[in-house]
Amino acid sequence: MDRMKSKVAKKISLSLFFIPAIIPMIIFVVFPILQTIYMNFLSPNGEFVGLNNYLEVLNEKNPQFAIVNLEGFPRFPPWGALIHNLVWIAIHLPITTFFGLALAIILRDVKGASIIKSVIFVGMVMPMIVGGIIIRFMFTEGVGIVNGFFDLIGLEGLTKTWIAYPDTALFALIFGSVWLWSGFSLILYSAGLAAIPKDFYEAAKIDGASPFRVFFRITLPLLKPVTIVVVAMTILWELKIFDLVYMATMGGPGGSSNVLALTMYIYWAYGLDYVRASVVAVLLTILTLVIAVWLIRYLVKR
Amino acid sequence: MKIRKSTIIIHVIAWSIALFWILPFLGVFMAAIRPFKEIVYGWWRFEEFNPSLNFFAAALNNPSFPMSRGIINSFIIAIPSTIIPLLVASLTAYGFGRFSFPLKDYLFIHIVILMSVPQQMMVIPLFFIMGDLGLLNTHFGLILIHSSWGLAWIIFFMKNYFSILPVDVEEAARVDGASYFKIFYKIVLPMAIPALISAAVLQFTWVWNDFFFALMFLYDPHKMVATQCLSNMKGELHFDWQLLSAGSIIVMIVPVLIYVLLQKYYIRGMIGWVRKG
Repeated sequence: MDRMKSKVAKKISLSLFFIPAIIPMIIFVVFPILQTIYMNFLSPNGEFVGLNNYLEVLNEKNPQFAIVNLEGFPRFPPWGALIHNLVWIAIHLPITTFFGLALAIILRDVKGASIIKSVIFVGMVMPMIVGGIIIRFMFTEGVGIVNGFFDLIGLEGLTKTWIAYPDTALFALIFGSVWLWSGFSLILYSAGLAAIPKDFYEAAKIDGASPFRVFFRITLPLLKPVTIVVVAMTILWELKIFDLVYMATMGGPGGSSNVLALTMYIYWAYGLDYVRASVVAVLLTILTLVIAVWLIRYLVKR
Repeated sequence: MKIRKSTIIIHVIAWSIALFWILPFLGVFMAAIRPFKEIVYGWWRFEEFNPSLNFFAAALNNPSFPMSRGIINSFIIAIPSTIIPLLVASLTAYGFGRFSFPLKDYLFIHIVILMSVPQQMMVIPLFFIMGDLGLLNTHFGLILIHSSWGLAWIIFFMKNYFSILPVDVEEAARVDGASYFKIFYKIVLPMAIPALISAAVLQFTWVWNDFFFALMFLYDPHKMVATQCLSNMKGELHFDWQLLSAGSIIVMIVPVLIYVLLQKYYIRGMIGWVRKG
């Protein structure tokens, strides 16, 4: 009897480790997520309409709300928010990843490397809403540094307020966000490089291996776990991007720089249509889950 | 000692990149201290140079969206939204790290998956829930949301840390008859202080920098947080660069200071993602 009692007491004391976290997570996170999914299948009057809402959202052609609209493809945006996110990934992911890796390698032999790393990392530290303001600022004609730079090297033809034209707004934001996010891969690769034992390089040197061979045979394979984390986290960031676009362009002009997270908000705040807003939220979440599950499976296998 | 040519080239490249990276910040700083007519043809021209702090005062005392109030509100939100989830999540993380029970791994994987879900996925039902609870447009409501949202990643982060701590001391204490809670806060938490600081630094910065939750759940100008005040200073058509630049510097100074002062913990927290869990 006493043993039973102490067993129950132990169970209670152990569950107290979990209850304070699990209860708020269920009420404020899990339950709302499930309800968002549930709302997808209802009309605004609460009738069950199956996948109808998805069809309507995916077929929407109004550029402010469009998810996929390839009429203008490949000339210039708007192509729809989902395509804009994918373009963002296609440009931003390789640039930031390679740049971070290259700089991390160079900085091993540079004096004052920690200062340089800190400067580049500040983009990760500050609010993204400030990032949006600064990106808009640097691409504005006259006051902005990007246009000043084009003037300086004699490319006056490129001098304009990039953010204000549909054919360049999205790309201005993407290149601006390279400036914000490169610190992430730089810091992670720097840590990864520092963790590689020196003996590996010394052994390679004795064998007379060329620097390129050392890089592709030793450095890159050993950095694979870092690369996977960098790629996964960067894609997640690119998919979820919101503040920056909200502040710099609000998805404009004419929906040409819209992204999924912002479309969800525009449906909610301007369209006053929370059903379709929730459909966009689910589409966005499906994409992030693909990346997250891939990352988790890799980490668990390791 | 002979300096090799390649060493010089590498230094020139690296420092040029740093200089290039700093230019946009310099632009914002110049726009914040100089009148519009001096920067309209480029802030890098110095034919006239009359710096002042007027625009900072204008941002802080903005009649519709006072940044001075916004900064206070941001602290009111961010401090409890850091402390509460940190305490609660480390308790749970310890539970995941040390106890075994049915479905444990299953539950943990789901918590990890929650980390990747975008905020957009839960705000609409949450808006109605908060309305029913009377917590819409209140700081308390936003603190609850931030705290609940932060739990998942802090549990993940702290569990990783607890799993590398040695268990011998805890086992010895257990033999001496100490309760689980006593072991947790007397032995484990003090050992985990570096990780707690890392998690606190990141969580505080993320809550401070957050814009979307505040946008959804606060709409009274005097309750708005700093990031919200800043975004509302943007006019419909006209961008007041001076006001926005001064506001940007005011908002970013807190996270940047934290980063500068606690860099070691900040970076360790970021790198924690790579380490094996």
